[in-house]
Amino acid sequence: MLKETTSAGAQLSAVVKPRYLWQRASVALQYAIFPVAVLLLWQICSEIGFVRRNVFPPPSTVLSVWYDLVTGATDAAARYSGTWLDHAWASSWRVFAGFGWGVALGIFVGLLIGLSRAMERVFDPTIQVLRNIPVTAWVPLSLVFFGIGNAPAVFLIGLGAFFPTAINSTHGVRQINITLYKAARMMGANEWELLSRVILPAALPSILTGVRLAMGIAWVLVVVAEILAVRSGLGYLLNDAYLFYRNDVVIAAMLSIGLLGFLSDRLVILVRDILLTWNKRETFGGEN
Amino acid sequence: MGRISIASVTKQFETGDSLVVALDDVSLAVQDREIVTLVGASGCGKSTLLNLIAGFETPTAGQVLVDGQSIKGPGPDRGVVFQQTALFPWLSVEDNIAFGLSLRANHGKADRGQVVERMLQRTGLAAFRDRHPAELSGGMRQRAAIASVLAINPSTLLMDEPFGALDSLTRSIMQDFLLEIWEEQRKTVVLVTHDIDEAIYLADKTVVMTAHPGRICEVIDVNLPRPRRYEMRSEAPFIALRDRVTQIVRTQAIKGSALSAVN
Repeated sequence: MLKETTSAGAQLSAVVKPRYLWQRASVALQYAIFPVAVLLLWQICSEIGFVRRNVFPPPSTVLSVWYDLVTGATDAAARYSGTWLDHAWASSWRVFAGFGWGVALGIFVGLLIGLSRAMERVFDPTIQVLRNIPVTAWVPLSLVFFGIGNAPAVFLIGLGAFFPTAINSTHGVRQINITLYKAARMMGANEWELLSRVILPAALPSILTGVRLAMGIAWVLVVVAEILAVRSGLGYLLNDAYLFYRNDVVIAAMLSIGLLGFLSDRLVILVRDILLTWNKRETFGGEN
Repeated sequence: MGRISIASVTKQFETGDSLVVALDDVSLAVQDREIVTLVGASGCGKSTLLNLIAGFETPTAGQVLVDGQSIKGPGPDRGVVFQQTALFPWLSVEDNIAFGLSLRANHGKADRGQVVERMLQRTGLAAFRDRHPAELSGGMRQRAAIASVLAINPSTLLMDEPFGALDSLTRSIMQDFLLEIWEEQRKTVVLVTHDIDEAIYLADKTVVMTAHPGRICEVIDVNLPRPRRYEMRSEAPFIALRDRVTQIVRTQAIKGSALSAVN
């Protein structure tokens, strides 16, 4: 009687997990079919002259330019040859610096607002108004304040990371099951124990949703900031290559940003899954 | 330890502009080691009364005393079992049971490992110690919740419709489980329920309450022998008590609905 309650989940995932070779092949095909089709179509359009190669270079060109960007081996990227690592590092550094302060402040302020109605009255109206200003609208002011360089980039990225983190942290506190809070109080938990052992873990899924959104926004803003305010990074590379009519480099830079953004998101998901193994058990997403 | 005295307690809530009288001049004495059940239509204030004893609410007027002391907020001497099982979903069954004893306030009260082990054995959850609440059935979850409260060894158990969310078979098993625990540990138990059978089966004393405003209508002594057995439910003394309580609850409920129809 006691065992049957848990076997349903196990059975479901056994059905979903591919057991036979042809099933695995079919899964691999599902993953590959769309990107391969897009690349193929793109290459064909270029080969038959449907688009001009220098306007919209085919994937084969982009790939070889990208290779040179990274290694500096073939000079296909000319003046940008071998600069990829520096630009990627510059962008990543800015993303994580901005993301770091934005998320830290966001969690702090979000929890404060969630925990105290007084704090909500003090901070929430301001946040609700400011968050409706697109972060890109802060560009002129941040350039005036911080000048050209890393500072405005890190400021803009942090600002963009702050809002989703703060709002989701507040939401995370607000949706905590009051019974858990009452139970902990009844057992004698003090304020610190309530915060660290009930409120924080209970709010964590929502906080991490905000953190994930923040990471996405950070990669958008780093490009904006690098186009306008700094002379390094993948956003700078992209804009500079555009000015020199190197669309192959532009596309390589775009894909690089996509790739690094994707990897950063995976990193956040990895951290989330480590922290929230318990949460998977209760959600549909945890079954496969 | 665990004597509760409720003296002329009134509790009002403000909801918007209007004032709701949840409890009106309620007095009740619960003896040490006694099981008292509270029944009544919804809105009769039975959960409010429990919350007052637990210390989650404070009375508007009157006094609630536990062992002669007035209550200053919730505390580990009065363990509360909620209808919605209060288990931390991020903790395993074992860690949930250990939670109370791991708090600063309860440090040094008992050997945590030993207590947890005993509770796991007693509730039949030893094989499920590493499971998380979401992986348990409703009955197992409520047993784990009861174990986590018993672990801090409260003198009083306050239970707010603890078996209300369970199917009827599991519910009757859990009732016997609670009685077994009570036979062993003899704690004072105050249990809120809307199930009249449950109220009589468990109780030394069943308190019938009426709604709008919440008042105590009648206190019925349940003089059935202990330990209680499931078969008693189909025997004459139990049926007589049940009919009596049902009669009172029904009369009050009908009166209540007639009243709200007039208004």
